[in-house]
Amino acid sequence: MTRIVVGPFNRVEGDLEVSLDLADGRVQAAYVNSPLFRGFEQIMIGRAPLDALAIVPRICGICSVAQSAAAASALADAMGLVPTPNGVLARHLIQATENLADHLTHFYLFFMPDFARPAYAGRPWHDAVARRFAALRGEAAADVLPARAGFLKLMGFLAGRWPHTLAIQPGGSTRAITAGERIRLLAQLREFRSFLEKRLFGDALDNVAQLTGKAQLLAWADGRSADFPAFLAAAGDLGLDKLGRASDAFLSHGAYGIFPAGTWQAGQAAAFDPLAVDEDTTRAWLAEGRPRHPAQGETIVDANKATAYTWCKAPRYAGQAYEVGALARQVIAGHPLLLDFVARDGASVMARVVARLLELALIVPEMERWVHALQPGEAFCAHGEMPDEASGTGLVEAARGSLGHWLSIRRGRIERYQIIAPTTWNFSPRDSKDRPGPLEQALVGLPAGDGALPTVQHVVRSFDPCMVCTVH
Amino acid sequence: MKVLWLQSGGCGGCTQSMLCSDPRPLFDELRDAGIEFLWHPALSLESGEEALAVLEDCAEGRLAFDALCVEGAMLRGPNGTGKFHLMAGSGRPLTEWVERLAQRAKWVFAIGSCTAYGGFSANTPGNPLEACGLQFDEQTPGGLLGAGFRSPEGLPVVNIAGCPTHPGWVVDTLEKAALEGLKPEDLDEFGRPLLYAGGLVHHGCARNEYYEFKASAEKQSDLGCLMENLGCKGTQAHADCNIRPWNGSGSCLRGGFACIACTEPGFESPGHAFQETPKLAGIPIGLPTDMPKAWFVALAALSKSATPKRVRNNAVVDHPVILPAIRKKGGGK
Repeated sequence: MTRIVVGPFNRVEGDLEVSLDLADGRVQAAYVNSPLFRGFEQIMIGRAPLDALAIVPRICGICSVAQSAAAASALADAMGLVPTPNGVLARHLIQATENLADHLTHFYLFFMPDFARPAYAGRPWHDAVARRFAALRGEAAADVLPARAGFLKLMGFLAGRWPHTLAIQPGGSTRAITAGERIRLLAQLREFRSFLEKRLFGDALDNVAQLTGKAQLLAWADGRSADFPAFLAAAGDLGLDKLGRASDAFLSHGAYGIFPAGTWQAGQAAAFDPLAVDEDTTRAWLAEGRPRHPAQGETIVDANKATAYTWCKAPRYAGQAYEVGALARQVIAGHPLLLDFVARDGASVMARVVARLLELALIVPEMERWVHALQPGEAFCAHGEMPDEASGTGLVEAARGSLGHWLSIRRGRIERYQIIAPTTWNFSPRDSKDRPGPLEQALVGLPAGDGALPTVQHVVRSFDPCMVCTVH
Repeated sequence: MKVLWLQSGGCGGCTQSMLCSDPRPLFDELRDAGIEFLWHPALSLESGEEALAVLEDCAEGRLAFDALCVEGAMLRGPNGTGKFHLMAGSGRPLTEWVERLAQRAKWVFAIGSCTAYGGFSANTPGNPLEACGLQFDEQTPGGLLGAGFRSPEGLPVVNIAGCPTHPGWVVDTLEKAALEGLKPEDLDEFGRPLLYAGGLVHHGCARNEYYEFKASAEKQSDLGCLMENLGCKGTQAHADCNIRPWNGSGSCLRGGFACIACTEPGFESPGHAFQETPKLAGIPIGLPTDMPKAWFVALAALSKSATPKRVRNNAVVDHPVILPAIRKKGGGK
């Protein structure tokens, strides 16, 4: 057995290192290290509660709004405040804009460039894919960067700017949309829809959203000239529909009021119980103790701990590691296409990417409906009093999965603030019972080391990791 | 101009923001201006050993590059070891990589307030991360590279401060360097390029009529001026956010929330709640830059007494309840 250390993994958000134990060119065991520590949970302590809204977006430049929304939800919970209907719609729109922009960034800029690697030269799809998706040089960037920047112009109206907005408040949004701006939001959405239908899918969004199974998807894609079909062809050729499985235990906090919260395992969907979550610090450079529910959680550095190998805690649900993300969301929401993928081969690189792109097809039409439902002239923000003593929980979905904030307020100041980010779930280390995290499971059995194809790269990026969130 | 980019104690948001550069696609725009990324952690193909080989060749002078862009605070802890960020695969502190590479670059750019001054990473009580900027600890010169650092072009670190940076601040500064170089007089005393930090966020603020009449917002989502009650520092913060729009048409003020002066060193610990204006005897403590206090107080009192009803009423609601009057020819109403 030999050990290799792989890193830095660029085209993930933040820094990542993976240690692989190899035998006969295959991964026997994987250890995922988040090598950067940031300490945001400590920054919050002693601050005015609403300061969290200015601080938490800065945990992450790519899930900044998700962090804002989780904090606003936790504060609203502490205040007993219900956002106005316009406020709820504005927040859905702001969160959806970030989440879908992230899906796009991930697919075009982070994930696809690996298929342009010289290691794949000679594959029937390689020349075309390399021309379109090569990092920094591929022609797709000239299409996708303006489409992404144009789509994020929604943020100019709804949130002032992206990333790092203060527009999301416990009672809704600071930015009331006018009747005229509502028209411009719809125009901007039409422009984005047009890009997706022409370049990404080569078909109407509704047709993509209605696909019900893997075979139907592959038949739909066959011969279609667009970026998603190009991915399906390359991924199919490389067998990425059968690689990268963890344990098929999925969890979602639920999103936009259209995708429910829940868990899913072995074909069984179940309700999500927030009290069944805890975090284990056994293998992190953090003080050790019993696993704690985040409402009682602590983050105390122990940089010299010999048994540790990461700065990331190990979140567990009912004692078990869970995978989060678009695939988990859509499986729990019961979308037939992803249920079929998981029933056939479990979670895979292909299934994770399909789930992400499917969400583009599912959510853009919802965004159009939300804009129609906005009522200019009605309140966008409800107001309330911040209690001196309270606690609150905010559970949202970032692009890459479930994000939770737990806070308590004492004497008018934040006393405790704990965060579990999506990649904390997916890139969790082992826990006190030596159970590996989802990526650690997904890498076992893959080819790696000298001369191996870059399969490990695909599997790591299929989770769309955000390391800066992980180590908040 | 060959650019080498590193990330450390930050959120990656300055890169995410830069990708919103418009109207031309970022990569095309930079390429046509003669700028290429030798390696960028979020954008380049090279991973693992390939990436480390690029960095090592640059650090040893075997591979020439022009600009070192660093995004994120420098984490020197715990106890000076740099272990809070060992660069993946290398086992070496990111701070060591930056120190080595900075010696080889013609220009060193701090991308974002974390990199320039330490930012939120330096703000944990007691700063256990031992975080700092490249050449500042908040307002104090020093930082990782030291107050005396000068690049071969004779420049200190160029601090493209902001949390995050506007895409135009980064792209314009890089393009200016590529086109005609940068001189010390192109920067202000905190190392910020004057091309975006030469004015105040207040300049061009869409809420200016409310500011003129001191018609102030009282709660989040109100249309009025955010300075008196809701913590806005637009009259003190150096940047062009209301002249150079964000994401098409936005800015913090246009988004309905306060400027928290994210381009200023130490913005992260203002000494008061971000969304509240600290006051003494009812008067905001942080007055507009260059404004004598006595005049401000006198003018504020005068303008408050002269506030038109439209402005006064619209200031405390989230959509205009009174529209500007229409004058018709012939002097009628």
